Amino acid sequence: MHDAILKRLRERLAVEAGLAATLSQGLLVLVQKPDELLAIAQTLKHKFAFDLLLDVTAVDWPQRQPRFDVVYHFYSTQDHVRVRLKTAVSETSPEVDSLRSLYGSANIMERECHEMYGIRFRDNPDLRPILLYEGFEGYPLRKDYPKQREQPQV
Amino acid sequence: MNTPRQSPAAFEYLTTKKDELVGWARKFSLFPYPFVTACCGMEFMSVSSTLYDTDRFGAALPRFSPRQSDLMMVVGTINHKQAPVLRKVYEQMCEPKWVIAFGTCTISGGFYQNYAVLLGIDKVIPVDVYIPGCPPRPEMVIDGIMQLQDKIATARHPLINEHF
Repeated sequence: MHDAILKRLRERLAVEAGLAATLSQGLLVLVQKPDELLAIAQTLKHKFAFDLLLDVTAVDWPQRQPRFDVVYHFYSTQDHVRVRLKTAVSETSPEVDSLRSLYGSANIMERECHEMYGIRFRDNPDLRPILLYEGFEGYPLRKDYPKQREQPQV
Repeated sequence: MNTPRQSPAAFEYLTTKKDELVGWARKFSLFPYPFVTACCGMEFMSVSSTLYDTDRFGAALPRFSPRQSDLMMVVGTINHKQAPVLRKVYEQMCEPKWVIAFGTCTISGGFYQNYAVLLGIDKVIPVDVYIPGCPPRPEMVIDGIMQLQDKIATARHPLINEHF
């Protein structure tokens, strides 16, 4: 049942939106360029009923160019399937569009992604740290952040 | 009817030293303030409830205001963001005050070694008794409380004002 829905959705994505999705562990995976991100998210939300943004995070590949993957997970409450949307950004300008115009939950998750990985989200006006504190230097989940570096407040 | 009042033969007077008397009084009236942040808190609840019963040591009634307590039990991981809060709460407690570091995380950071966790609360506030364990057994906690009582009983208790 689940596989049939995935298969049908994959065909629909290819035919109706021209998106080539692969399958990984029961998830549809889309890899796209950063400047197409907002348009694709819009299509996913309005055309394919992916109405829930589950997670925004990033992956650091220190040896790779471009260095970062920004990863989004969407969930369709209608079809009960997930899709993963990946986009690669470079170390020099780690910047993508904010999805806050489409999903309210993007506000907080983009803030966390910004403080942990230093990914900037255009049009998100409130990128203050959530878990870290004011005055914290660097981005702790990047691979080049020293494991033992402490930044005590007291 | 008018029987003369008999004076008891013993314990009319008691001679002791001021430090011993004050220490004896203080060691049985510990008012703990539980600064509980993590999983050690479950063990803390277990040790303060019926089976192990810290009431036997006079340390039963947790006060949730630092101004009413004299023993701070720091139970669980403290991270760098919390360290100023911990320091502030400690400074709000009235003298005399004692601190128990409960669990490995409060002693040394435990298995955490990263950007977030404070590696030992003794970098921020003074600690009287360390109770190791992840989490410590209730018996160890009781042993720690008894060691703190010994420390209080044998410590100097300087005069506070001209009356005491």
